[in-house]
Amino acid sequence: MYADVVIIGAGHSGLAMSAFLSQHCVDHVVLERGQVANSWRRERWESLRLLTPNWLSRLPGHRYDGDDPHGFMALPEVIAFIEHYARLIAAPVRTGVTVMSVTERDDRYHVITDADDWFCRCLVIANGAHGVANVPPAAARLPPFVRSLTAKEYRRPQDLDDRGVLVVGASATGVQLADEIQRSGRQVTLAVGEHIRLPRRYRGRDIQAWMETLGLLDQRIDHVDDLVRVRRLPSPQLVGAPATLDLNALTERGVELVGRLEAVRDGRALFSGSLRNQCAMADLKQQRLLASIDRWLEQNPYRLEVPEPDRPVATRVPERPRLWLDFKRIGTVLWATGFRPDYSWLHLPVLDAKGHLQHEGGIVGAPGVYALGLNFMRRRKSSFIHGAEDDVRELGYELLAHLDALDVCDQPPSRLEATGWNLVEASFVSP
Amino acid sequence: MLQNGSAVNNGVNVAALLDARQALTNAPEAARFKWRATCNWVNGTHSRSTVSSFYGLGGEQMRKVEFKYDCDHPEVFASEDNGATPVEMVLVGLASCLTAGVAAVAQHRKIQLRKVTAHLEGSMNIQGILGIDADVRNGYDGIKVIFDIDADATKEEIAALVAQSQRRSAVFDIITNPTDVAVEVR
Repeated sequence: MYADVVIIGAGHSGLAMSAFLSQHCVDHVVLERGQVANSWRRERWESLRLLTPNWLSRLPGHRYDGDDPHGFMALPEVIAFIEHYARLIAAPVRTGVTVMSVTERDDRYHVITDADDWFCRCLVIANGAHGVANVPPAAARLPPFVRSLTAKEYRRPQDLDDRGVLVVGASATGVQLADEIQRSGRQVTLAVGEHIRLPRRYRGRDIQAWMETLGLLDQRIDHVDDLVRVRRLPSPQLVGAPATLDLNALTERGVELVGRLEAVRDGRALFSGSLRNQCAMADLKQQRLLASIDRWLEQNPYRLEVPEPDRPVATRVPERPRLWLDFKRIGTVLWATGFRPDYSWLHLPVLDAKGHLQHEGGIVGAPGVYALGLNFMRRRKSSFIHGAEDDVRELGYELLAHLDALDVCDQPPSRLEATGWNLVEASFVSP
Repeated sequence: MLQNGSAVNNGVNVAALLDARQALTNAPEAARFKWRATCNWVNGTHSRSTVSSFYGLGGEQMRKVEFKYDCDHPEVFASEDNGATPVEMVLVGLASCLTAGVAAVAQHRKIQLRKVTAHLEGSMNIQGILGIDADVRNGYDGIKVIFDIDADATKEEIAALVAQSQRRSAVFDIITNPTDVAVEVR
């Protein structure tokens, strides 16, 4: 089979690229190992809600227009939103097709799947930033009676036994899981490494609204000092709910905070003595962000009506944080230690020694190959649903330029019929 | 931060450090260092350590002078007090590492330092080393570091300096996290 462009992954960003390509009458196919929005269907816990408010949930030509703009979509709503988008743009999705391998052959990319094989001139890698759950090497040393579970595998607290739960990682995922498991009556110990603390709301507005107002969500990669560092930053401690979910809130609910999990030895988990500093750093960074909001309010001539500053109190660290924990008290270790994209199928010389994709703002180091949806790929918002729009437009034009360059003396074998779908007309279609 | 544009000088060559960072990013083997010390027993609890060579940047490196450190225990331990106790040397290492970090980070952030003093105190129950109570650990059960810093910076900027120096400190990492130690006899 042939298509000018093969898009791997029918999540929000792959579909957004499909919409762009359809609009420009580019022959393409979207290969999806499961169903549209697959990872939302199969690799997320039940209670998950988007961290961005509904008003910010938009894809090119499509945005939320329900009656709860300040709410946060639950999992079924996210799936419906993305599914509706796929129908709206008439995306040429082949579902149930798993890509096994991509290689280069005779100036074409050869995409081997568990169904048809495809040849293409351009490849769009849109299989998500969360393909594989990171599990530290210490996991291999857990005693056999302890269940080891990643955040991708976890669904609900009722699936765990009644013993204590060690949640490793205190970013968005870790704090949310620690919260719901503690509420279910199981004692949670939360291992806290480097994290980013954010209040859900500040001075009467959602923090995402402030970040958009200050231009932070649109901040581009050429406007950050250390791109490697910001791409590795953990996701902020947020939950898709009106209330802040920080370490203080978890402490109030009975969660015990410990330092970063450093080792498993002699049937014990050993925690770093750096908890105090990790919390101090997160507090300082949060205060700096909130101070920049205050400054913006002072400087902006069109002041919003906002309440006075309500700065969160410092993180309360236990007087003597626990340095080790006997696994006899623990039934489950839940790894909320981040995710990374899955490139195990990608056999092109575009990965560095550590297996990271080498790219410049999503332009991968092989001609005609593009990535989407990675952390801070082109902008801070690149990995968010609303971040796809700008990235897809820019990379889409890169892709068109690449195809045109090759098209000078070589007409592609097939072109999709123009869909007739117009991006501008469709911009306010409801889900 | 200094607002008048005058050059901040804490005696740290940040440009050289940033160059080294760049160079070692591209030459990961050169970044592998081995630090060494040699210790000779003198008498009783008195020992003398020397530090001179180390390995790094792809080869053996030698100091211009050999540094000597006497360690002993105080008289209340029925010792002769010829030097700091080894556990105090640990505090020295932590203090020096954090202080150097404060200076380097301050230079990078263009903060002029005038005076930096770190006060360290480690608490220890010596029932552990004396074998009185098996539940008591040998080492410190906690270490407290208090910095007095006089600098051209706000309180928050100084707090951020101290936090960042911990984040990048080798000795802080060595003390707060487990390290595999292999001791052999030949």
